[in-house]
Amino acid sequence: MSTLPILSIIIFLPLAGVILLSIINSDSKSGIRNLKQTALWVTCLNFIVSIVLLINFDQTDPNFQFTENYFWLNSGISYHLGVDGISILLVILTTFLMPFCILASFDSIKFSLKEYLISFLILETLMEYLISFLILETLMIGVFCSLDLILFYLFFEGGLIPMFLIIGIWGGERRVYSTFKFFLFTLAGSVFMLLAIIAIYIEVGTTDIVYLLQYDIDPSLQYIFWLAFFASFAVKIPMWPVHTWLPDAHVEAPTAGSVILAGVLLKMAGYGFIRFSLGLFPIASSYFAPFVFTLSIIAIIYASLIALVQKDMKKLIAYSSVAHMGFVTLGIFTFTLQGIEGAMIQMISHGIVSAALFLCVGVVYDRIHTREIERYGGLVNRMPLYAFVFMIFIMGSIGLPGTSGFVGEFLVLLAIFSVNTYFAVFATTGVVLAAAYSLWLYRKVIFGPLIKEDLLEILDLSYREIIILFPLAFLTIFFGFYPQPLIDIIEPSAAYLISNIANDLSLIEPTNQIESIIQMESNY
Amino acid sequence: MSIFLPILPELSIFLSAIILLILGLFVNNIKLIINLAIASIFFAIFLVLLQPIQSAFNNSLVIDEFSKVVKILILTGSLASIIMYHSSRKDLNINLFEFPILILLATIGMMIMASANDLIAIFIGLELQSLTLYVLAALNRNHLASSEAGLKYFLLGALSSGLLLFGLSYIYGFTGNTNLNLISTVVTPGNIGLIIGIVFVCSGLAFKVSAVPFHMWTPDVYEGAPTPVTAFFALAPKVAAIALAVRFLIVGFSDIAFDWQQIIIFLSIASMVFASFAAIAQKNIKRLMAYSSIGHVGYALIGLACGTSQGVSSLIIYLTIYLIMNIGVFSFILSMKNKGEYYENISDLSGLYKTHPYYAAVITIFMFSLAGIPPLAGFFGKFYIFIAAIESNMVLLAVVGILASVIGAFYYLRIIKVIYFDENKNSFDGFKHRSLNFLTHPAAFLILIFCIYPLPLINISNYAASSFF
Repeated sequence: MSTLPILSIIIFLPLAGVILLSIINSDSKSGIRNLKQTALWVTCLNFIVSIVLLINFDQTDPNFQFTENYFWLNSGISYHLGVDGISILLVILTTFLMPFCILASFDSIKFSLKEYLISFLILETLMEYLISFLILETLMIGVFCSLDLILFYLFFEGGLIPMFLIIGIWGGERRVYSTFKFFLFTLAGSVFMLLAIIAIYIEVGTTDIVYLLQYDIDPSLQYIFWLAFFASFAVKIPMWPVHTWLPDAHVEAPTAGSVILAGVLLKMAGYGFIRFSLGLFPIASSYFAPFVFTLSIIAIIYASLIALVQKDMKKLIAYSSVAHMGFVTLGIFTFTLQGIEGAMIQMISHGIVSAALFLCVGVVYDRIHTREIERYGGLVNRMPLYAFVFMIFIMGSIGLPGTSGFVGEFLVLLAIFSVNTYFAVFATTGVVLAAAYSLWLYRKVIFGPLIKEDLLEILDLSYREIIILFPLAFLTIFFGFYPQPLIDIIEPSAAYLISNIANDLSLIEPTNQIESIIQMESNY
Repeated sequence: MSIFLPILPELSIFLSAIILLILGLFVNNIKLIINLAIASIFFAIFLVLLQPIQSAFNNSLVIDEFSKVVKILILTGSLASIIMYHSSRKDLNINLFEFPILILLATIGMMIMASANDLIAIFIGLELQSLTLYVLAALNRNHLASSEAGLKYFLLGALSSGLLLFGLSYIYGFTGNTNLNLISTVVTPGNIGLIIGIVFVCSGLAFKVSAVPFHMWTPDVYEGAPTPVTAFFALAPKVAAIALAVRFLIVGFSDIAFDWQQIIIFLSIASMVFASFAAIAQKNIKRLMAYSSIGHVGYALIGLACGTSQGVSSLIIYLTIYLIMNIGVFSFILSMKNKGEYYENISDLSGLYKTHPYYAAVITIFMFSLAGIPPLAGFFGKFYIFIAAIESNMVLLAVVGILASVIGAFYYLRIIKVIYFDENKNSFDGFKHRSLNFLTHPAAFLILIFCIYPLPLINISNYAASSFF
């Protein structure tokens, strides 16, 4: 265990970048280049630091590592950081995606130079744009690293501020509506979590997650707390029927905003389900599991069916995100090792694949400024490289064997099959539907005759876009064939979590509740 | 002489107000008078800090931890409004040397309110403050809206003072005492006359803090009064009146807490819910801040409704953060001017970030903080209030409060939307004002820094609450 506060460094390095950015004079052309380079190198540096973190991470230890603990608000509310096998991957995913987001923003700026208005808007406010992203990175990493509920809530909610501005300032036509919807939906969900956190604080006397994970909260309270946390995470992940903010937000957000939204922000809720709903309220979780399954199944089928009739590329991918996150919630609430591993891998895979799909949409959007599927067709003739990477990501989205999407979905389906066959049958239809809408999208955009006039002169991937898309494509394939590194990291922590839950549940099931409460108290 | 020692801060402000009044007749230098008034406020803060814990005049004024903290908040609010006045006196047509003196007189009244432990002292402090505020609201004599605001405030304020006095006389009649400590010894549950008295006093106080349903004057007065006066209304009198309510209810009537808690809970819920809906349609930013202050008073009253140590300390935290945020917002509103003309509509702010990106970021910080979004200080204010509420089993209050805060977030976001998402319209030259920057920047800094180092404020609030429990 090193004494260097490496998690704090990862969290606050982007903030240091914000300070750097704010002192750069951005009036001149070289100033703008300096801004871009600074932001890019800060995020790259952060990725390297997080790789150092991964190298030093002890894969056999299921407990929290690299912990830092300082007094913060009251007694019991502390600045407590740490990562385990579940959160470290999401930290790496965040730091990994950030440089691509920054790079992708350069592209849209460069291509839209022809359209004076748009370039004017972004170039003039480039500093604010990059600052928003760096602040967002700080907050997102903070979510995954915090081991205190209040600290977690702080980062979780704080992320709304930069995202609100990113969608609202640099978004599309209906950006104001979308960003308000996004903000108010997620805020309305999370405030209940805040009340539950306060109630936990008063009940237990601390909000320290490590302590709470060992503490058995009174079962009658667990149900209320679980529902409060669920309100927050269900909106964020998002589950049917509170998913409606997501397609709007995705469609209107700038490309990099969509990437972060799909790649990381949705994962915060999935992480929250694993860490809090399962870890803190196991009894309530098992009680509500069929309810979550039902909502997830509805989400998978309903979102897939809606995706089939979309005219907008981003909206289609957004609905596919809802369906994919349905698999994540299915996996989490099976309480099995495969289920949680599958959900985690599905989250990582979705983080890579859907981020890449949004980047792919961004590529063609930068060129002809439309996201309507009807306006495309026959791109393979002019853009063979693009057609190639796009295909890999479409396959990843479907969950074709050999891509990372398959590993996650397969593990989840395996787990759900062992729990309930009917749910498994319905969930599997989601895979079929995913194939339907994804292949339909791919055929419409890539194949067919190249007859649309504005497509005739379209250029293939630029050097910079290759740098962005090919690493993502490589990872999609790599984790499809060899997911072992991911599983190695996840497994000890997931197994530890499962055994904790099994302990708590075994206390409940054989006896009736009142006796078990007495039993639990006598255990202390 | 030593009999005056406990009221030395009040006395020093009073003397300086008299001296400045005479000086103002002979010296035609308003800047000098403003500077002397500021100096006297600093001197008073210094004296308050030095004062020992004691009681004076047969226990009718007490100087305890709570009153000391509240007095410092009040003096800070007065100080900020005098500085705001200095920045805008010429352009707003209120270039009168009486302004700082009136503020000083109102400050004395509010300091007495913070210390008052006797029904008569309560009324004296309240009236001294109110009468000065009526004059302040109508300060811009040539302006119709300002005169209307003054008159409206005076008529309704006089009515509420009447209600309050009526209530005080009931309490005196049914307990035979005017001292709060003595009253608390004879308070018995089920005494209807006493409860009637408390209801009337609470109504009067609700008017002073502009809690729903006694809020009607607030939007008009806020809009009509000159902006530094509005800022003063939003800052100091609210703090003083809430502090008065805390001492009156908790010291005097803690034995029948269940009875008055219902009143406070109703006022609190009504204020939070009403304000969050009513503010949505506002176009004038001063009017919006009026509704915002109604809502914030609702949250602060949650702390009072708890009637616990945690409740009072969370109340102090909330009021302090509220004060800082309002200092920031009102000095920003005063910066919204161009070539001597002030702008007050929200739509005037549109596209501000293109001309003043830095100040747009600053007001964004204040707005998110007012909306209670973490990691800004406004969130922690609400957080501690909700801790207190849930701790004393008032889950309903917490749930209503948190839902109202979501609705309330909408109208704060609307300002950010106008600033960031709309097309540019105006550019302002008021941001160059040094004295306003002197207020805005420390306020924004404190709002940002609170999440990193919250300990001083928490300690202060616990210190203040320790005088009751």
